Amino acid sequence: MRFAFSDEQDELRRAVRRAVEARGGARAAREVVDAGGDHDAALWRTLAHDLGLAGLIAPEAHGGAGLGWVEVVAVQQELGAALAATPWFATVALAGAALRVAADDAQAAALWPALARGARTATLAPGAGVAARATPRGVTLAGVARHVVDGHTAGLLIIEAHDDAGEPALFAVDGDAPGVRRRRLPTMDRTRALAEVTLDEVEVPARARLARAGRAGRAAIDHALALARIALAAEQLGAAQRCLDLSVDYAKVRHQFGRPIGSFQAIQHACAELFVLVESARSAVYFAGWSADHAPDTLADVSAATAAYCGDASYRCAADTIQLHGGIGFTWEHDAHLYFKRARASRALLGAPDAHRDAIAARLGLGADHVAREGAT
Amino acid sequence: MDLRFSAEDDAFRATVRAWLDAQLGGEFRHLRGKGGPGHEHEHVEGRLAWERALGAAGWVGLGWPKAAGGRGLPLLHQVIFHEEYARAHGPGRIGHIGENLLAPTIAAMGTEAQQRRFLPAIARGEELWCQGYSEPGAGSDLAGVQTRAELRAGHWHLTGQKIWTSHAAISDWCFVVCRTDPRSARHAGLSYLLVPMRQPGITVRPIRQLTGTAEFCEVFFDGARCPEDHVVGAPGDGWRVAMATLTFERGASTLGQQIGFAAELEAILAAARANGADRDAGLRRRLADAWIGLQVMRWNALRMLAHGARGELPREALMSKLYWATWHRALGELAMDVLGPDAEIGAEIGAEIDPEAAAGGGGAYSLTPLQETFLFSRADTIYAGSNEIQKNIIATRALGLPRGT
Ligand SMILES: Cc1cc2nc3c(=O)[nH]c(=O)nc-3n(C[C@H](O)[C@H](O)[C@H](O)COP(=O)(O)OP(=O)(O)OC[C@H]3O[C@@H](n4cnc5c(N)ncnc54)[C@H](O)[C@@H]3O)c2cc1C
Repeated sequence: MRFAFSDEQDELRRAVRRAVEARGGARAAREVVDAGGDHDAALWRTLAHDLGLAGLIAPEAHGGAGLGWVEVVAVQQELGAALAATPWFATVALAGAALRVAADDAQAAALWPALARGARTATLAPGAGVAARATPRGVTLAGVARHVVDGHTAGLLIIEAHDDAGEPALFAVDGDAPGVRRRRLPTMDRTRALAEVTLDEVEVPARARLARAGRAGRAAIDHALALARIALAAEQLGAAQRCLDLSVDYAKVRHQFGRPIGSFQAIQHACAELFVLVESARSAVYFAGWSADHAPDTLADVSAATAAYCGDASYRCAADTIQLHGGIGFTWEHDAHLYFKRARASRALLGAPDAHRDAIAARLGLGADHVAREGAT
Repeated sequence: MDLRFSAEDDAFRATVRAWLDAQLGGEFRHLRGKGGPGHEHEHVEGRLAWERALGAAGWVGLGWPKAAGGRGLPLLHQVIFHEEYARAHGPGRIGHIGENLLAPTIAAMGTEAQQRRFLPAIARGEELWCQGYSEPGAGSDLAGVQTRAELRAGHWHLTGQKIWTSHAAISDWCFVVCRTDPRSARHAGLSYLLVPMRQPGITVRPIRQLTGTAEFCEVFFDGARCPEDHVVGAPGDGWRVAMATLTFERGASTLGQQIGFAAELEAILAAARANGADRDAGLRRRLADAWIGLQVMRWNALRMLAHGARGELPREALMSKLYWATWHRALGELAMDVLGPDAEIGAEIGAEIDPEAAAGGGGAYSLTPLQETFLFSRADTIYAGSNEIQKNIIATRALGLPRGT
């Protein structure tokens, strides 16, 4: 049993860390925020072109490295630690998860190469806001998808849409297709862009429907979301660890009452509680990353548990980081608010912790008759 | 990353399971699930026989070094044993303190003569031990110990009092932390003595706990004796030895306990489905959260274990005690909330309740298993280092924060 990254996986993690630190860590995210920009273009170039990470999980036949979710977790952890504002998360962890699960061979061959080269970005728009209607020439998509990560810049949109019977499917839509309107939403967390994507009778060919044999529909979407949530949890872990580091470092140097505040027990206990959260989140994220690649049967539960735990843990770490810094923690100048806002936004991104708990409760057979009764009325 | 158990691990698990199933389905069937926390008084004679059966089959001392008469098995196999034991509803282990606290300490720091004298009897399940650390004036602050021992004519003579000593009333031996240098203070001048319990200079008085049972005791030393060579480590070096024991207490032996916790959680889930408490969205979420917390506990344990295979446990292991104690205490509260008004209603005396339980409980204070979980788990966050002490340890040792003044 080895419950840690292999040497290669750890080298990957370190390479991402070096790239992120070369851009000044969270300072780069702050520049994006202050400039009202979408991404840290320089960091994205390094990740996609110099390190070849845009193709991390793309099949080797389509120009990728063919790696798995443990590697995704390794990368995301470091991107999260610096709040890196790049298209990597939406392209690889969201759209990439959908392609991995739901694209058939021809679709993979058509869509992956440009993504793997870093020549095109992508995103995933899950949810029930878009309708799919079959037409003689293909499918017409109509509706609104909100809270789409990088939805206004992504070259490729993977959109969940529901047919008349309520059956969901994923469609690959060009971001510039006629009838697609998109705008960035004014978010509280400016390190990750969310957009509203309106599909105004967008016509796509039938082959735009991701249709890997036997893996289409709800099951495929749920599987993709389970993978995406693990990637998000890894990001939350990285951010939570950084918050703890900031707090502990500060507690060692800031003096009040003639001694470091880190010698006060209230501060010590707060930091100790964050330590438990961070290390437990790490166990969960690593276990979940491994499950994604090796234990598909339990993936849904493992992913939901990890998402719930890390969503809460990262929020708590970021919130307490403000408290442990006092006044300086409340300034725009300090990074604490960037972590706090990202943690808050991520908690609502792919389902809130309580929604994950509800999903687990249902699988534990809790409230079955209650849920059935509500569903009937 | 590779989180699979090896074929060898699986084979070991199968052997353990087969033995436990045979015994707990056969000769020792009546002991299944007996004598757990809060039920220490149940079937004491039967459980002593069980200890001897475990010993005879080689299931005691799995982790002790071979040189000390153990089996020298890796941490992972020790945990597999604990997991299977819990899964098979093995009875509460009367021998736990000797096997998992004292024996590893003697194996690491005792003399060869001590290892020869004490370990085989523990391995055979024949001698029971208790832990004489806490005193009325020295709990979390163990260095405040005042029990004294004086060396006269080849024997240590002990005077003083211990308190909260688990199993003292049925133990054969006690490892006692006491002051052997009368001019010393705090951590210096302490020694770690091995003292026979059945002698005239020792009085044991059970203390009734809030569970109604009396697992822990007061122990009075008034001219009690032990031979001069029954000191582990050098005289005056007892603090270091006592701390080593605590590391064992918080370490490997607790990593396998999630299986037992899982059975408790399963009982609570079943109760919620049966009485309709699961229709309450808040309770549903708390139940799911307890389930999540248990998964995370297991993943933490696997991670520590995988690391531990390479030697020492990592610094993250410092969180284990705090994590499980806090989780388990919350589980007890959740159990009561799930039961609603029925949480108040104890077990009916004379029904399936063991008459011994009622007697040992000092009258008719008889609790259901979930009430036991609720009440006993209040102690989890106190003994073996309270939650507050665990946080102090994490802050200073894992995070390097400066000690308070
Ligand atoms: C069921 C049970 C079984 C036990 N079995 C044994 C046994 O077999 N052998 C044995 O020797 N002992 C045993 N104990 C005793 C146990 O180890 C002590 O109760 C424990 O160490 C706490 O000591 P105390 O009771 O004196 O409480 P105190 O140390 O007085 O603590 C009271 C409160 O103050 C807090 N506190 C104390 N110091 C600090 C600090 N520095 N910072 C912050 N908070 C602090 C504590 O966390 C606690 O909340 C047992 C206890 C229980 C409940």
